[in-house]
Amino acid sequence: MRDVAVVGFAQRQMPEFDGSPTCVELLVPLFKECYEQTGWTRKDVGFWCSGSSDYLAGRSFSFVQAVDAIGVIPPVNESHVEMDLAWAMYEAWIKIQTGEVDTALVYAFGKSSAGVLRRTLALQLEPYTMTPLWPDTVSLAGLQARAGIDAGLWDERAMAEVANRSLTDAEKNEYAIRKGGSSVEELLARPMYADPLRKHDCSPVTDGAAAIVLAAGDRAREVRDRPAWITGVSHHVDPMGMGVRDLTRSPSAQRSGAALDLGGVEVAELHAPFSHQELILRRELGLADDVAINPSGGALTSNPMFSGGGIRVGEAAKKVWSGDADKVLAHATSGPALQQNLVCTLAASTEGNNN
Amino acid sequence: MSRTLQAPVTVAFDYTRSTGPVIGRFFSGLRDGVVIGGRTSAGEVVVPPLEFDPVTHEPTTDFVEVSSVGTVTSWTWVPEPVKAQPFDRPFAFALVTLDGATAPLLHALDVTSPEDVSTGMRVRVRWAAERTGAITDIACFEPLAPGEASTGSTNEASSQVVEPVETPVTGVVVPVSLDYDYAASPEESLFYRGLNEGKIMGQRCPTCQKVYVPPRSACPADGTPTEEEVELSQTGTITTFCIVNVPFLGQKITPPYVSAYVLLDGADIAVLHLILGVPAEEVRMGMRVKAVWKPKEEWTFSLENIDHFAPTGDPDADFDTYKHHL
Repeated sequence: MRDVAVVGFAQRQMPEFDGSPTCVELLVPLFKECYEQTGWTRKDVGFWCSGSSDYLAGRSFSFVQAVDAIGVIPPVNESHVEMDLAWAMYEAWIKIQTGEVDTALVYAFGKSSAGVLRRTLALQLEPYTMTPLWPDTVSLAGLQARAGIDAGLWDERAMAEVANRSLTDAEKNEYAIRKGGSSVEELLARPMYADPLRKHDCSPVTDGAAAIVLAAGDRAREVRDRPAWITGVSHHVDPMGMGVRDLTRSPSAQRSGAALDLGGVEVAELHAPFSHQELILRRELGLADDVAINPSGGALTSNPMFSGGGIRVGEAAKKVWSGDADKVLAHATSGPALQQNLVCTLAASTEGNNN
Repeated sequence: MSRTLQAPVTVAFDYTRSTGPVIGRFFSGLRDGVVIGGRTSAGEVVVPPLEFDPVTHEPTTDFVEVSSVGTVTSWTWVPEPVKAQPFDRPFAFALVTLDGATAPLLHALDVTSPEDVSTGMRVRVRWAAERTGAITDIACFEPLAPGEASTGSTNEASSQVVEPVETPVTGVVVPVSLDYDYAASPEESLFYRGLNEGKIMGQRCPTCQKVYVPPRSACPADGTPTEEEVELSQTGTITTFCIVNVPFLGQKITPPYVSAYVLLDGADIAVLHLILGVPAEEVRMGMRVKAVWKPKEEWTFSLENIDHFAPTGDPDADFDTYKHHL
C-alpha cells in the first residue's frame, strides 16, 4: 500500500451562516488556506471529492454549484459523496492507492440552520416505517441514552462529565460555537430538555465547512516535516432499524477499531454528537484512561453537518504536525445513534502501517 | 440592509414506494388491525419484519401475529415536536416490545408529561380512525388503564402463523415537506436588488476579466471571487434558442413560444429568457434584442421583472462577436 498523509486542514464553524447554502463563499477562503499550507495551486491537486446533501441545502445540485470554488478550467478530477468529509477522505485515499493520483483535496459543507436540522435528518431513516413518524435526531439519541442508563452502563453524571470536559476544552478552540465549562454539579442542576437529555448533552446546530489535503509519499514530505500518515482506516455500518440492534453498543465502531492497531494512541478525536455517545465509543474502541479524548472540545461543542467527522481527522492530524503526539485516532459517525462509523489512525511514522 | 436576501422556501414531494412482500405484509396487517412480525432463522420475532434474514440473508417468508399490547423498553421525551410528528404537543417516543415479539417497535406514546412514562410500563396500540396500510395506521401507543396493567407480558416469541391476505398492500405514499429559510449569496442578492431597481447587475472576475450575470460567488473557470460590480446593458444578442411546442406541468406561457439565451452587451455568459414581439419562425442566432420591463409597480426581487426580450430592429450581430459564448 502507498503511504498517504494528511498534510493540510482548514475549517469554519458558526451558529448561523448568513449566506447561500451552496457555501461557495466559505469554501474559497478554505481552499486558499490549504494552498498556503501546502505551497500548492489548484493545479497541484490530483483529485477532489466533496461531501454535502441537497436536503440540507434545500436546493438541487448544490454540490455542483460548490465546484465553482475550485475553478474548473482546465477540467478537474472530481467526485462527491452524500456523506461526511471523513468518507470523502476515504474515497480520496482509495483514489491515491490506485496510483492514478498522488494528491487530493477533499471538502464538505452544510448550512444546517437553513431548515430544522433534527427534522431534516429523519430523511436518512428507513422510509417506510420510520420517516413517516419523523423521529428527530434528538429523540433517537434520547432512546439510546435511556437504554444505557437503564442498563447501568452510564448515568447522567457520566454524561455531564463528558459535557463539562468538552465545554472546558472548547474554550481553547476558536471555531467551537458552544464553550465554557463549569462543574458537573452545575450542569446536572440545569433542566432536562428531551428527558433523559439536557441541552448540553446534544451538539448545537452548526453551519460550516472544512477541507483536508492528502498527499502520498514524497509529495507529503515536501509539504511538512511531520506529515500525519494515515496508518490505518476502516469503516462499517450497522442495521438501520432502532429495534434490531443493542442501542447501548456500536458494533460497527467496534469492528472498525478492531481492524486497526490502536496501541500507543495518545489522542483520540471522537465524533460524538451526544454526550453518551462518547462513552459508547470509548468502550467500543477500548481506549485506555490515559488517552486524551477530544482536546478540541469535540462535536459536542460544534458539529457542522457533513464536516463534523472530517474535522476530527483534521484536529487529530494537527497534533502530529505540531509534535504534540506521535500517534492519534480520529473517528467519524453518520446515521442515527452511531449507526455508521469510520476510524483511522494517524502517526508521525509510517512504520506499523496496517492498511 | 441585511447582507443577503432571504425568503422562506418549502420543498415538498410525495414519495410513492412499492412495499414488496415483507413490508407489504406488515402494512396489510396494520390495515386489517393486526400487528405482524417476521420470524428470523434464529427464532426471533421482529416488528416490523426484516426483509432479509440477518444470518442467512434469505428473504423473510415466515410471518406471525403478535399482540397489540407490549412493554416499553426505552423512551425519550419530545418537548418541542417538529412538523408532521404524531403529535403537535409534547409527547414521548418509545421503543415497545409487543407481546409475542422479541424486538421493539419505534412509535409515539401518548402521555402528557415525562412523569407518566417509565421503562417497563405496559402499553397498547391505539389504532388510527382510518387505516390505509401504513405505519401511521398505528396512531400511537397509549398506557393500559389501571388494573389492566397487571396483564402479564410474555417473553415468548409468537408462533401464531398468519396466512396471506387476499388484497395485500403493495404501495405507500410518503409525503415529505421541508421548510427552509433560503438565503441568496451576497452576489445573488446584488443581482436581485438590482432587478428591483430596474438594473441588471453582474460581476467581473479579476483573474480572467469575464463578466458573469447573474454574478456567482466565485469564477467557475478559476475559482477567484468576483468582486467588481458591473451594470450591464439591457441590449444583447440571441446566441441560441428553442421553440417550445410541448405543454408541461407548471408552464406559464401558452406554446408555441421562444426561449433564448441572450448575451447582454458586456457580459460573458448568457441569460435565459422569453422572446416576444416577433413570430417564432423569425427568431434567429445573432438577432439583437432588448429587455422589456413590466410596469414599475409590479417590480420585485425577481428576473420576472423583465417581462421578455424583443427585437431592437438593428442588424444582426456578427457570428464572431458571440462564437465564444455558445
